[in-house]
Amino acid sequence: MSQDNGRIEKVSIVISRGSLDGVYPGLIMANGARMEGIEANLFFTFFGLETIMTKHMDKLKVATVGNPAMHMPSVVGMLPGMSALATKMMGREMEKIDIPPVPEFVEMVHDAGVELYACRATVDMFHLKKEDFCPEVEDIINVGQFYEMAHGGQIIFT
Amino acid sequence: MTTMTVKDRSIEVNEEGFLVNPDDWNEEIAQEIATREDVGELKEEHWKVIRFMRDDFQANGKVPTIRRMKKTGGVPVKDIYRLFPKGPAKKAAKIAGLSKPEGCV
Repeated sequence: MSQDNGRIEKVSIVISRGSLDGVYPGLIMANGARMEGIEANLFFTFFGLETIMTKHMDKLKVATVGNPAMHMPSVVGMLPGMSALATKMMGREMEKIDIPPVPEFVEMVHDAGVELYACRATVDMFHLKKEDFCPEVEDIINVGQFYEMAHGGQIIFT
Repeated sequence: MTTMTVKDRSIEVNEEGFLVNPDDWNEEIAQEIATREDVGELKEEHWKVIRFMRDDFQANGKVPTIRRMKKTGGVPVKDIYRLFPKGPAKKAAKIAGLSKPEGCV
């Protein structure tokens, strides 16, 4: 299928969450694929759509509530400013290892040849329009078109 | 360990084709690696990237990321992918006589 001499040739990555920790893995994997010469598509669905929405893409936050790996009780995570603080700290560490903020990352993966798509069902559910998305977004597609696009490659859900 | 012959000189490279001894590097060797990597003839645009990578490595001891090539080196991401198709960071590092990039971006 997508493997030739044991090498992955193509990946289609789904980003379904809208927290910072929810969107970065997919962006890093898509970018990393291009860096290795692997074809890559990104499909944004549900809250993952915030990654490519002009209004929200620079405001994504780390989830500090209901996340045991934060090593803080949820009631602490609920305090005003906690999520902003965690986001700021993560952003600083990421900058050190050259991982860009979300809007710049979206532009970078696009320039690297990743095609970006928004999920039709979510767009309809939230009454969104093409204009709500950043210019890097190729199209709004349904799940059938997603599978067509993903044909011959691996699908990764995040 | 394998070797690569450039103008009757035998150069040591590892199994992925990176130079074993960075001091072996010169422009003829860079061109030979570029040919093997299907990058073709190195033009001024390529040399600009290669020189930036080598200078940056000298200054910081790390192979620059694609983002760094863009932000600090002033080379647009699209150009990097066009100049070094199919795996730009690794290919450019190899041609520049540097080691394999270690980071995830």
